[in-house]
Amino acid sequence: MATNLSLTKGAPRSRRQDHPLWFLIPALAILVVFFFVPTLFNFVYAFTDWSSFKSAINFAGVDNFTSLFSNGTLLNSLKVTLIYAVLVAILQNAFGLGLALLLERDTRVNRAVRVAFFVPVIMSALAVGYIFQALLKPDGALNWILGSLTGAEVTIPWLGSTTWTIVVVAVVHAWKWMGLSMLIYLAGLKTINEDILEAAHLDGASRWTMFRSIRFPLLAPAVTFNVATALLGSMNGFDIVQATTEGGPGGTTEMLNIFIFRTFGQGLFAQATTMSLVLFLMVTILAFPVIRYLRKREDVL
Amino acid sequence: MTVTAPTATATRTSSPKQDRTRSAGSTVLAPAKGPRGLIQPIAAILTALLVLGVPFWLVIATASKNQSEALNPNLSAPTDWQLFENFGSVFSDGRMMAGFFGSLLVMVPSVFGVLILGSMAAWILGRRGGKLLAAVYALGISGIVLPPAVVTIVLLLRQLGLAGTAVGMIGVYMGMYLSTVIFFVTGFVRTIPPELEEAARVDGAGPARVFARIILPLLRPVLATATILICLYIWNDVFYALFVVGGRLDTLPLNLYQVASAGLYLQNWHLIFAYIILMSLPLLITFVIAQRKIISGITSGAVK
Repeated sequence: MATNLSLTKGAPRSRRQDHPLWFLIPALAILVVFFFVPTLFNFVYAFTDWSSFKSAINFAGVDNFTSLFSNGTLLNSLKVTLIYAVLVAILQNAFGLGLALLLERDTRVNRAVRVAFFVPVIMSALAVGYIFQALLKPDGALNWILGSLTGAEVTIPWLGSTTWTIVVVAVVHAWKWMGLSMLIYLAGLKTINEDILEAAHLDGASRWTMFRSIRFPLLAPAVTFNVATALLGSMNGFDIVQATTEGGPGGTTEMLNIFIFRTFGQGLFAQATTMSLVLFLMVTILAFPVIRYLRKREDVL
Repeated sequence: MTVTAPTATATRTSSPKQDRTRSAGSTVLAPAKGPRGLIQPIAAILTALLVLGVPFWLVIATASKNQSEALNPNLSAPTDWQLFENFGSVFSDGRMMAGFFGSLLVMVPSVFGVLILGSMAAWILGRRGGKLLAAVYALGISGIVLPPAVVTIVLLLRQLGLAGTAVGMIGVYMGMYLSTVIFFVTGFVRTIPPELEEAARVDGAGPARVFARIILPLLRPVLATATILICLYIWNDVFYALFVVGGRLDTLPLNLYQVASAGLYLQNWHLIFAYIILMSLPLLITFVIAQRKIISGITSGAVK
């Protein structure tokens, strides 16, 4: 034991010189200056009256919180962000899994179609938003298609409903990213051992039974990654909503980042900071338990 | 399997590639023969045409029309194709080149910076243990989940005298994406055998030399994946650019935002869509050329 200790004592010392800590310093310096300091500032300037209308910045207590809370914008933005994130997580995964199952076999057609579905992923989200704005106008292409299918004139205001527009925008968001989810699910399906499926098949399991009780549970790691990235991506969302609705109609799609951008543009910096802090807290409170829960589900298997 | 495979290929006269896919996919998932085997390819192509074809055709058709025809974007073909004329007017009116070089100006240094600094940090974090370094690692990758404080970043950049500058934007992007690099590379470093470093060290190489000559070249595959992801994010980013350099520096998404915000009143859909095609082309061409590598790179880290 004693010799062991002295040996391990000697080894790390030589390793320490081989991997000097100063290699960490440049990365840490950038992280501290451009990431952690602004994040700490969030906790300070949310409690001030910082704005473009005067040069002095004074402490203002929880005024920003109470005013944002009492006029309803805080709760509305939180609610919109949450609903949007949940909708995107569900839709993006449903689309992605559907596509993966449809395109699972490794044929030439399927490979080409997979590549095509990845094109929206590499496009700018802002561009995708503008494309769908044109597509979803009351006199736009989607209503024209529906009109020629039904024979009657269709003028559904897809982006003008105070109830359903958030769902439509979430569908657009899911459309943009479903190619990525599809690829992750395809990779997950490939890792499943064929012998298990073969055995279940010989036992007389139907395709649906095999999917529900064997393949889907074994996809748990892919589900974890896809749900986590979809939730995080949509809580931080901005481009697609800004390009399609700008937060309307009537604030029903005004998520936190849209609010932050709008109030920042109006010069109300402290209020924008307050919402930025709310977003930070919301992601911190939600993301970690969600990821831990999904990881636990993987372990059960 | 190895015994039966050659005869199977000979009798079925299928190509080796098809045979490989058949043996890889089990009989359970094998396609039904005859007309039922056509259902899947037809369903796949129809889905793609409906879900992707309609929006993409709308973009191409509208980008090829003149202003009056494009006033209300629809799926009808342009009577007179003028895609390249529209590209020309986007180049002259939309500050396309300024946006292109502005995007490159912030993307290239940001990506190089995060790759080098992130790999340096990840090498140490992957090789050394201890509570302190575990805490540094946790902080280092926290940016993957935590959203950047976008408003106070602007305040900080003003205090540093970097507001509205390319340097400020590069710093912000590096702060945002270092976490991604540290996360990917640290995991990868742990799979590299330490003996490879020892050999160089015996020859008298110092840490900087070992890192540059041994470690960095070995990191190529994981750095390629990180490069793709980060290029994708930065090239398409408009949110952080609006706060940090909006109105001060041209980038492709920022100019699109300006063209479209003005265009919503002027109804210049043909120019907006021509701009969208042009700005998507660099990433699209890169993707088509390297699609196999890109796809395997992106999926490799996710499913384990």
